Amino acid sequence: MAKDSRLILDPLTDNNPITIQVLGICSALAITAELEASIVMSISVLFVMGVGNVVISLMRNIIPSKIRIIAQLIVVATLVIIVDLVLKAFAYELSKTLSVFVGLIITNCIIMGRFEAFALGNGPYRSFLDGIGNALGYGIILIIVGFFRELLGSGTLLGIPVLGDPIEKTGLYALGYENNGFMLLSPMALIVVGIIIWVQRTRNKALIED
Amino acid sequence: MEHVELFFKSIFIDNMVFATFLGMCSYLAVSKKVSTAVGLGAAVIFVLAITVPLNWLLDQYILQPGALSWLGAEYASYDLSFLSFIMFIATIATMVQLVEIIVEKFSPSLYNSLGIFLPLIAVNCAILGGSLFMQSREIATLGLALNYGIGSGIGWFLAILAIAAIREKIRYSNVPPALRGLGITFIITGLMAIGFMSFGGMLTGGDDEGKAEEKSAAIEVIEEDVKQEDAKTESDLELAENINK
Repeated sequence: MAKDSRLILDPLTDNNPITIQVLGICSALAITAELEASIVMSISVLFVMGVGNVVISLMRNIIPSKIRIIAQLIVVATLVIIVDLVLKAFAYELSKTLSVFVGLIITNCIIMGRFEAFALGNGPYRSFLDGIGNALGYGIILIIVGFFRELLGSGTLLGIPVLGDPIEKTGLYALGYENNGFMLLSPMALIVVGIIIWVQRTRNKALIED
Repeated sequence: MEHVELFFKSIFIDNMVFATFLGMCSYLAVSKKVSTAVGLGAAVIFVLAITVPLNWLLDQYILQPGALSWLGAEYASYDLSFLSFIMFIATIATMVQLVEIIVEKFSPSLYNSLGIFLPLIAVNCAILGGSLFMQSREIATLGLALNYGIGSGIGWFLAILAIAAIREKIRYSNVPPALRGLGITFIITGLMAIGFMSFGGMLTGGDDEGKAEEKSAAIEVIEEDVKQEDAKTESDLELAENINK
């Protein structure tokens, strides 16, 4: 049982898919300018990874190894279409913000990576835990980046102003504080992730490369 | 002129790595040496040049709302666009496999240099991203789609070449231990992306707006893109409604 809980807890910190395994950065960073989009993206990936890992794990004995990549891609693509249609139906505004990045969950390397490394060799229950754990590890980074970019960039969280009104000059703005519009531009996402990696590796020296 | 504009736009302004973060996984994993980076970059150009036009044909004649009208009037109301993810990725995976077989058969030397990268490419976000952006930006003709594929491939190639060269040099510098490897690569990529944003004013002609405007031009281009995409989804909606009626 302790082993099973490690499957969920490890990816959150010392084996994080983004900062340690370097997987799944592709679709992650472009949409983190707002916290809400980051949360929705994390939930979508959580769904796709949890279900996908179970499906692949159940089919692991009948997929010929030569065409396994295509088989995996079809499973992910089907799940992503479900996510895309659900988003279009219930959160149309958000699905416009996420635009093609929902589709890019298909080629999110975390998903393929976990299919290859774990689901093809383990039972459905453990694969499910592994999928959930890695998706949470991915989501945590996304949410941290989204939190700082939205807070420093537009002074809001989930669209609610938390630092006062920039036009009326209330709250922090009365002291001369200004929003840093630069945080909203895409390059800052990379730099924020770079800083997260820096903090994480300073705290845990074992992770340092070279 | 249209071709030249799209070509430079897809290389510099909409650079896959710096503007939209596509293909970051292989970009970070395979950029330790310049020679391997060149191999992967060439393979990406090659595969994008094949899959983008192919997916354009699929999109035009099968997937778009009303695209099936060439089969007869009764098919004109079909809208298969929800299938585009699965069709695109299947095309890409098949094409990559096919290219691998063909290259292995006819040019063993090319296969030796590109071959090991081809399986990596099927799951490279840049390839699927190329097709999805081609669809969402409504590229008008097959020629432009080919142009877009090659252009974005070259943009990706430039990016991975630049970062590989920097990473080879940075081994001799004194980076804080916790930032070594991955951390500093992220930050360098961020700085390069800021640099690439200055290409934003390239096609709008920065001169008449004065130098002070240059900075905001890049932001405007991004905003314009977003607006265009918004406008497009709206027109998509209208189209869908009309069809439903």
